[in-house]
Amino acid sequence: MATIKSIIQDVRDDKQFANDRMRWASNIKGFILFLFRLVIIVGICYVILGPVIGIISSSFFSDADSYNPMVYMIPQEPTLYRYELASKYLDYARTMLSSLLYAASLMAIQVFICSMVGYGFARYQFPGKNILFACVVIMIVIPTNTIMLPLYMTFAKFDVFGIIKMIKGAAVNLLSSPVPMYIMTIFGCGLRSGLYIYIFNQFFRGLPKEIEEAAFVDGAGTLYTYFRIMLVNALPSAVTVAIFSMVWQYNDTFYAKLFLVSDSIVISKRISTITATISTLEKILDPAILQLFLDAGIVLVMIPIVIIYVLLQKQFIEGVERSGIVG
Amino acid sequence: MNRKKKKMSLSAKRSRTGFLFILPWLIGFIWFYARSLFMSIQFSLSNLSVSPGGGYTLDFVGLDNFLYAFRAHATYKQVLTTSVGNMLIDVPLITFFSLFMAILLNRKFRGRTLVRAIFFLPVILNSEAIVDAMDLARNMMSGGLSSASAEMAQASSGGMGIAYYMEMFGSLGIPEFLIVYLMGAVTRVSDIINASGVQIIIFIAALQSVPGSMYEVAKIEGATTYETFWKVTFPMVMPHIITNIVYTVVDSFTQSDVVELAYNTAFTESNYGLSSVFSLCSTAITCLILVIVCGAIQKRTFYYN
Repeated sequence: MATIKSIIQDVRDDKQFANDRMRWASNIKGFILFLFRLVIIVGICYVILGPVIGIISSSFFSDADSYNPMVYMIPQEPTLYRYELASKYLDYARTMLSSLLYAASLMAIQVFICSMVGYGFARYQFPGKNILFACVVIMIVIPTNTIMLPLYMTFAKFDVFGIIKMIKGAAVNLLSSPVPMYIMTIFGCGLRSGLYIYIFNQFFRGLPKEIEEAAFVDGAGTLYTYFRIMLVNALPSAVTVAIFSMVWQYNDTFYAKLFLVSDSIVISKRISTITATISTLEKILDPAILQLFLDAGIVLVMIPIVIIYVLLQKQFIEGVERSGIVG
Repeated sequence: MNRKKKKMSLSAKRSRTGFLFILPWLIGFIWFYARSLFMSIQFSLSNLSVSPGGGYTLDFVGLDNFLYAFRAHATYKQVLTTSVGNMLIDVPLITFFSLFMAILLNRKFRGRTLVRAIFFLPVILNSEAIVDAMDLARNMMSGGLSSASAEMAQASSGGMGIAYYMEMFGSLGIPEFLIVYLMGAVTRVSDIINASGVQIIIFIAALQSVPGSMYEVAKIEGATTYETFWKVTFPMVMPHIITNIVYTVVDSFTQSDVVELAYNTAFTESNYGLSSVFSLCSTAITCLILVIVCGAIQKRTFYYN
């Protein structure tokens, strides 16, 4: 007995075995942590991707599949009929094109205006700057819903100091057209403009002042410095803001509903009425079947943003990380 | 003297240039935001009737709209309390969940780019119609997480369900409100995950801005991972917790039922004064919550720079 005990004692004291034990322990610990991480990440990815996969799969269901309780996820008689009808009633090609144009043009304005304002806040001193920047923060914090009524009223009887009334005789009604959205965006108050101004401001503050000083010494004017030097340097945050604004504008239904923008311009508004349209025109009354058409329509609507996102996601996430959204 | 004058004029010139840069926004802010806020308050204090020509007339009625909203309106108080309650439940959950996920995703592992892309997907697919359809799809796909809670509720009739677990944990001495809170968290897990895309990215960025030398020092001084988290990581990301809370509160308010109620009151019932009251009151409450929470955290926050 004593010998065994002493052997165990020897093993315990042995430096080499001690290292081995520690290595094993840390290996096992690492493995368990790895497993833990894997389970959590896969689980959460499932929670996020599950419904998307569900929508995609059910958009291929035929009527028989939909009524068959044995069919789960994989349709037995896949059909493209849902896509046919959905794209027909969405007027897919045209609506999508105008919707993308609408979002892209607003995005260009957002990037231009918000970067300018952010630059002004970041680099120049003027009286009342802090109060004005507090106003930008207020813009982020106060939801647009608070001021939706006055905005509606403003654009229902649109006038600038009575000038339009002088020319045309009466104030114009700008609702049911995309013009109000363009006007608001040009004046830096578009969809989440406050956030974009904040992002640009943080980014420009992080850039070294020497760049501009060098440009100034070399004789570049203010505008030249801004367009040719600062804006080029701000590319990471410009990409971030561009994608954010493009995607949010594309998905936006709040402003589209408030300003009664035609649903042949905003596809995300049109998709919300597609079931009603198909139900009336095609005499399909079963909500379960109508849901399949909606699923197909949603896949159609999702495709462009997913493509944009997949193409740009690397620049996007790195851009968010570098562009000082964190403040 | 001459030189000083020249310097002054230069700075005045620069301040004018800066002012020109922000001018478009300033016009927009005054025109749309400041004026609209003023009009909102005006509407809330009066009875608004739309005249056929498209204009409107205001009859000043004082605080009648406010009194009506809080004393007589059937659902407003209830909707408001539920929305604020949900917000208060969600905000800490989302904050801690996104911090946890950010730490997990900040490590290097294979397929990290893909996982990050997936985590950010809900932010991309946040259109109203898409979200509704996704909720439905989530319910239809039995075996999903939200149906698990339904199964649990069914099982509770069989004796070994929610009531059983509540009793079990209750007898362990865990306070009941905590159990209810955690159960709420579990049933809303998919909402929480879907609402925390931006927050995760913000935290990842924050984690990457922590200087590596701090971790080296902690390691040399013999700190465990646990200690390192609480003494190094957590204080360093503390300022970004405020950013995230602001973002979460505003986001969850924008999607809450109060907003919908205000919208419906205005555009289907045409009761503009009451709708303004709804919007203003809920905004005021949101701002109050933000000020209190941020103030409380700000005191404890450690600013590195």
